[in-house]
Amino acid sequence: MKILRYLIQKEFIQILRNKALLPMMTILPIVQLILLSTAASNEVKNVDIVIVDLDQTESSRLLKRKIIANNRFSLIANPFSTKEANQFLQANKADIALVIPNDFEKDFLRREKPSLQIIANAINGQQATVGSGYLSNIIYSFNENLIQEYIYLQALNKKQKENPIQIVPRNWYNEELKYTHFMAPGILAELTALLTIVLSAMNIVREREIGTIEQINVTPIKKWQFILGKLIPFLCVGIVLLVVGILTSKIVFDIPIVGNVGLLFGYAIINLIAVLGLGLLISNFANTQQQAIFVAFFFILIFILMCGLFTPIDSMPKWAQYFTIPNPLAQFVSVSRKILMKGSTIWDIRFEIFYTIILAIVFNSLAIWSYKKQE
Amino acid sequence: MEAIIVENISKNYKDIQALKEVSFQVKEGEIFGLIGPDGAGKSTLFRILTTLLLPDSGKGFVAGHPIVEEFKSIRKKVGYMPGKFSLYQDLSVEENLSFFATIFGTTIEENYDLIKDIYEQIEPFKKRLAGKLSGGMKQKLALCCALIHKPEVLFLDEPTTGVDVVSRQEFWEMLAVLKQKGISILVSTPYMEEAILCDRIALILNGEILNIDTPNQMIQNFDKTIYAIKCNRLYDLIHYLRTQDYTESCLPFGENLHLVTKEKVEIEKLKKEIITQGFEQVEIEKITPTIEDVFLHLGQEKKEDAN
Repeated sequence: MKILRYLIQKEFIQILRNKALLPMMTILPIVQLILLSTAASNEVKNVDIVIVDLDQTESSRLLKRKIIANNRFSLIANPFSTKEANQFLQANKADIALVIPNDFEKDFLRREKPSLQIIANAINGQQATVGSGYLSNIIYSFNENLIQEYIYLQALNKKQKENPIQIVPRNWYNEELKYTHFMAPGILAELTALLTIVLSAMNIVREREIGTIEQINVTPIKKWQFILGKLIPFLCVGIVLLVVGILTSKIVFDIPIVGNVGLLFGYAIINLIAVLGLGLLISNFANTQQQAIFVAFFFILIFILMCGLFTPIDSMPKWAQYFTIPNPLAQFVSVSRKILMKGSTIWDIRFEIFYTIILAIVFNSLAIWSYKKQE
Repeated sequence: MEAIIVENISKNYKDIQALKEVSFQVKEGEIFGLIGPDGAGKSTLFRILTTLLLPDSGKGFVAGHPIVEEFKSIRKKVGYMPGKFSLYQDLSVEENLSFFATIFGTTIEENYDLIKDIYEQIEPFKKRLAGKLSGGMKQKLALCCALIHKPEVLFLDEPTTGVDVVSRQEFWEMLAVLKQKGISILVSTPYMEEAILCDRIALILNGEILNIDTPNQMIQNFDKTIYAIKCNRLYDLIHYLRTQDYTESCLPFGENLHLVTKEKVEIEKLKKEIITQGFEQVEIEKITPTIEDVFLHLGQEKKEDAN
C-alpha cells in the first residue's frame, strides 16, 4: 500500500512539474469546450434562395412573401427563368431555387393541384435537405391556409365551419432546442476521455524512452501496483477536468443540470478507468511516444466520429450502431446527456454502466497482462 | 557460496548471436570486471542476470537463486545501474532516492550508512532535479539509488562511460569501499585501464569470453615480449612489420606501435633494420604488457582462428 501511495505521489509530482501539461489539462479543454459548443453547430441558420415566379399572381406573391418573412431564408434574386436560376446554383450563390410555374393560381382554383419545383444544391447535403425541408414546411402551411380559406368561403355559404387538426410539437428536455445545451454535455465527455487517453498512452512509453522503466523493472514492484500507480493519478486529472468543464458549461452556457451530479461523477470514474486502461494498453505496445500518439489518434478519431456527438447513432447503419457499444466515448456522451438534461437515474443508465464496467475490466486486464517486466 | 554463477548462457537477437556459451563465476565480496568493446555483449549479459531478459539457453544463478525460476527473489537482492542514466530527470535528487527506497520497502535512514560516503557528496544538491546534475553526480546518484535497499549483488553496466577522469577515479574508490562492506560487484567497462582495479576480470569479445583471471595474473601469463616503437611514418611501419617473420602481431597504440614478437629480438638490431628501410626518428623500448595488449592480442588470435 505504501509503495502504491508513493508511486501515485511520484506521478503527481511529475505531472505538476511538467510545464506543458498543466495548461494542456486546464486551459485548452475550456477553450475547446466553449469553441466547439458554440461553433460546431448542425443547425442550418441561413439558406440562400432564388425564386422564379412565372405566375406573377396574388397567390404566388403571397407565397414569396411568406418565404422571405422567414428569417432562415434570404432571397438572393428573382430570376425570370429556370435556366437563370440554375446559374445561381451553379455559381454556388444560392442553396435552393424555387420555381413557381405559370398558371399556379389558376390551376389551384381549378383544383388541378399545381406543382412547384424545388431545386436544391446538394453539394452541401445538410444545407440542401434541411433547407428544402424548411421550404416544404412553408409551402405546406401556405397550402393549408389557402385550402382553409377556400373551405371557409364555401362554408360561409353552407353556414358551417370545419376545424382541422393542428399539430404543435413540444421539445422535451431541451424546450428551446438550444444547441449548446445538447452539445456541451457531449463535448465535455469527449474532452475528458480524449485528454486522459492521450496522457496515459504517452506515459509508460515515456518511461521506456527515457529508460526509467529499466530501473523500475529490476525492482520487486508488482505489475498491478505499477499500472494502478499510473491509473489513479490520471483518473484524478480526468475528474478535475470534468469539474472544470461542468462549471464552465454552467457559467458560460447555463446548461441544465437536471440529474444527480454525483451519479455522473460515479459513472465518469468507471468510464475513465476504461479509457485509461486502453491508453496504458497502447503505451505497453508502443516503443516511442510518436507511435503511441499515432495509435491513440486512430482510436480517438473513431471514438469521436462514432460517439453520437456529431451524428446521431440512430442514423448510422446497423453494424455501426453495434460498434458504438464498445466505444467508451459513446457511452459517456449518452450518459452525460441523459443525466444532465433528462435527469436520468441509475436504473435508466444501467446498460451504459454495464457495458462500461466490462470495457474497464477488459482494457485494464489486458494492460496489466501486456505490461512485461521481462523480455 | 558464489554471488553469480553463469553456465553456458547463449542469447540470439534474430540472426545475431549476442552471447555464445558464456560461463564464469563471481565470488562473494569480489569486484568482477567484464572488459570488452561496445557490442561485445556486456549489456545483454547484464540484462539477463538482472532478470530483464530471458536467455535462450544456459543457466544462471544470482545470490543463490536461478535467474529464470526465481527472478522475483533476485529482484529484491540486486542493485542495477543501467548503462544509460535511467532515473527520473524531473524528480529531485532526494525524491529519486526516497522513491527507490520506498519501492524496495525501505527508507533512506535505514540504510544510510551504506550510501553515506557517496550521498554526502551530492547532498548539497539534493533539491536539484536529477536531469540538471553533471555527469559525475548523476552516476553517484544512480549508485545511491542502486544501493539504497542494501543489495547483495551490484550490477554496474558501464558506470564510468562518459564521466570525467576525476569522477571515474572517485567512483572506483567508492566501489572498493562497497566491496569492504561485503557487496559483490559485477562491473562492465570498455576502458582497459580500469580493468586493473578489479579483483578478477573476464575479457569479452563478440559474445565470447576470451580469458578469465586476475588482472596481474593475466599480464604475467602473457609470456610474449612487447616493444613500443615510435617513428615518423607509423602507418607504413605497421605494414612493413606485419610482413616480417618474427612478428606475431603489430598494432597501433596511441602514438606508438606495440609489436609482439615470436621470440626475443635485439632492440639495436631491430632499430637498425627499421632505419635501413628508410624510417626516421625511430625509438624502440621494451615494455611490460597492459591488459589492453592482452586483449588486443587475444582478439587478434581469435580472429585468425576464425579465418
